[in-house]
Amino acid sequence: MDLNRLLSTAIRRRLLLALGQRLLQAALVALLVGTLCFFMTRMLPGDMAYRIAAGRYGYDMVTTEAALAVRAELGLDRPWFMALSEWWGRLLHLDLGMSQVTALPVLVEIGHQLGPTLRLSLLAMALSLAIGPTAGVLAGLHPGGWLDRATLAVSVVLRALPSFLLGLLLVLLFSVQLGALPAAGHGDHGGILLPALTLALGLAAVSCRVARDAMVQVRRSEYFSFALTKGLTLSQALARHGLRNVAVPVVAYLGVQLVMLVEGVVLVETIFAWPGIGHALVHAIFGRDVPMIQGTALVLGLMFVLFNALVDAACAFLDPRGRA
Amino acid sequence: MSRLSASDVLVERGASRWTCGQSAGLLLLLAVALLALVGPIVIDIDPARQHLARFLEAPSLAQPLGYDQLGRSMLARLAHGARLSLSLALVSVLSAAVPGFLIGLLAAWCGGWTERVLAALADAVLALPGLLLVLLLAALAPGGFWPLYVGISLALWVEYFRVVRAACRVLLASPQVEASRLLGFGPAYIIRRHVLPALLPRLLTLMRFGLAGAVLAMSALGFVGVGLQPPTPELGVMMIELLPYYREAPWLVGAPVLVLFMTLLGLLLLSPQKEAA
Repeated sequence: MDLNRLLSTAIRRRLLLALGQRLLQAALVALLVGTLCFFMTRMLPGDMAYRIAAGRYGYDMVTTEAALAVRAELGLDRPWFMALSEWWGRLLHLDLGMSQVTALPVLVEIGHQLGPTLRLSLLAMALSLAIGPTAGVLAGLHPGGWLDRATLAVSVVLRALPSFLLGLLLVLLFSVQLGALPAAGHGDHGGILLPALTLALGLAAVSCRVARDAMVQVRRSEYFSFALTKGLTLSQALARHGLRNVAVPVVAYLGVQLVMLVEGVVLVETIFAWPGIGHALVHAIFGRDVPMIQGTALVLGLMFVLFNALVDAACAFLDPRGRA
Repeated sequence: MSRLSASDVLVERGASRWTCGQSAGLLLLLAVALLALVGPIVIDIDPARQHLARFLEAPSLAQPLGYDQLGRSMLARLAHGARLSLSLALVSVLSAAVPGFLIGLLAAWCGGWTERVLAALADAVLALPGLLLVLLLAALAPGGFWPLYVGISLALWVEYFRVVRAACRVLLASPQVEASRLLGFGPAYIIRRHVLPALLPRLLTLMRFGLAGAVLAMSALGFVGVGLQPPTPELGVMMIELLPYYREAPWLVGAPVLVLFMTLLGLLLLSPQKEAA
């Protein structure tokens, strides 16, 4: 009883510590993105106020008043350190400003884009977990066998193939040759499948090898041989003793893969014209739409932090050894 | 990632035992390096020179890859593209590795507040995925070479810092370093005799991944249009420019794809089997 309570306070302290670290990371993301975007407004060539006014009202409608209004709104008439502190203050109030291109609040725009991005990345994650570790476990059951060598070859090729090329190959195969799936866009039925598969295959190429190595270790371990010796069938031993131990490194490695996921979302959304946040970020860079760049980069960064926190939680849940 | 074991060192020291995959990787990289180094000298055609009448002309003996959609020599553009990618990757990896190594060493050597401040700095960079950082810097000065270079180096140095710091903390506290110190050897000797030999394999591995990451980031940004801009013969830019002609002239879009794939595959295969697996 006493020991239990001691344990639970230790768990709580660890969880709070991990949570605090992630919150700090989120604050760092905001600080970094905000500061970079602030300097972006200052470093663009030409008179920023006129450029933005032209972007917002059209090139024929730019007047001095419009430029002055933009100048005041963005603090372009003040020294940079004052403007920067005001910029941070606004960020702190979650005031992300208006898109310079559509003149809608950035938060509204992001509200439209967050759903597709989350759907795409979660489906990609789920697909990669269905493909990668399954293939890895099957390969690890017979190290050196034909399946092991085949998955190694496929995973090396997939890892050397950048996501934008993989996406292109899938489009050529499924959309152009077979005509089975839409090549791009959001409206058609099944449009999510190709971008999700592109991301998932890249992720699975790594998680497959992680799972394979973990499975080989489990296979060699004494507890696994004992489970087999006492008469469990292979599938029983796998379900009771093997899979959780394989899952620990796979999930821990998910943390590393999140970088691949977030970077991949930006590229894959752009290629497939998937109306998500990564697509919006690239197009905001085309349009020099600094508030949108800031908003989308911020949300992608925060998504990265949130997913990381979820991976932390999953690791703690799977592996009780770290808890005490 | 935190601790060096004896086997890590042994794997790389046993350079005589090249595996099949490693030799293949080396060959692929040599081919790309040859194209990048010798190509622009031997071919000696301006990659921007247009012969509009010869657009999409099929490969011939004089022009083994034919002409692109604007009648520019494809082989010359490919060689210049490979040179651009490899040089950017090498320069940014070196300018990430050297400061990363020194700062990591400094953090482990000094400890205390120095270490804490430097670690916080590294955490700040790690808070964002690398490509986002490169994208944001590329947005600062669109279309330029410098923002790409600075962005990629900034994203890469953290890895060196983390690995060097973690390994040096163990290493500097080890009995052999203590013995060196007791014998009166200074920091330069300790770094040369103890730190560098133990860390070199790790650093080389990081450099391989860094090179792949830099080549990949550059071509990816070029491909989606936020990296270097069209007249530049850059691999990603060439791919997206030539993609519309893939039916008429598949070899044109295939060429930069192949060079990029060979570079990445070569770097991947070059790592010892344990990491490649």
